[in-house]
Amino acid sequence: MTAQTDDALWSAIGDPSRRQVLDLLVSNGDVSASWLAGRVAFSRQAVSKHLVVLERAGLVSRRKQGREVLYQVEADRLDQAARAMAELAAQWDRRLATIKRLAETAHAENKRRNRRDG
Amino acid sequence: MPGLTIDREILIEAPVEVVWRTLTEPDQLSQWFADRVDLVVEPGAHGYMEFGDQGGPVVVEIVDPPARFSFRWNHPLGEEPVAGNSMLVEFTLTPEGDERTRLRVVESGHELLAWPDEEKERYAGEHRDGWGEYLDRLATLLAKRQSG
Repeated sequence: MTAQTDDALWSAIGDPSRRQVLDLLVSNGDVSASWLAGRVAFSRQAVSKHLVVLERAGLVSRRKQGREVLYQVEADRLDQAARAMAELAAQWDRRLATIKRLAETAHAENKRRNRRDG
Repeated sequence: MPGLTIDREILIEAPVEVVWRTLTEPDQLSQWFADRVDLVVEPGAHGYMEFGDQGGPVVVEIVDPPARFSFRWNHPLGEEPVAGNSMLVEFTLTPEGDERTRLRVVESGHELLAWPDEEKERYAGEHRDGWGEYLDRLATLLAKRQSG
């Protein structure tokens, strides 16, 4: 089953605060943890924790520039997450389409039978 | 119902009772859901679904004909499914006139599987976002930024 494909990824994106951090990284790129902390309502420590989780999930990477550590989004990984999510949704669309076909066929069959018997 | 959810719906040209039967009768279940379904649709019923060479336990939660049907799945074998070790699938059927039904499915719980308990609790208090949309938006933004 597809659900367990990437728990780390889902749980990383699942948290609203982490999504806020991810948002800021997407729109601003190469920034430091302090810069991020200045733009969110939670603490610098919380930002660092979120960055660790995002990094562990492969969504964010860091590099050193002089004395600063800068963070950036891993585009491929983010794209992979979007695709995996779309695939889960598509799976449900296929199931719903099958239910529709089965129900509509059964309904047409019922109507035919009622006409014949009635 | 917090967190990352999949939320899809479809309009079916059949009365709600017919859609209900398609959704819940064992021989129908195996046609739309899994290769083999071993499940009685009753609240609390434990069952099993097989997909090719994979399979897993299913536990029915709500059975409210012909309006609501929900179950939990993807929990570890031998464990009772709860929020955090499983995914919740909820079907809602809404009649639109006599011969038409809107069928909606919401699957939630993906993000909770790998979370420590205290984080789950904290998270349960927070609001719910559609994350499929979120990811799409993020990916689009990112593509723009990289091309620009």
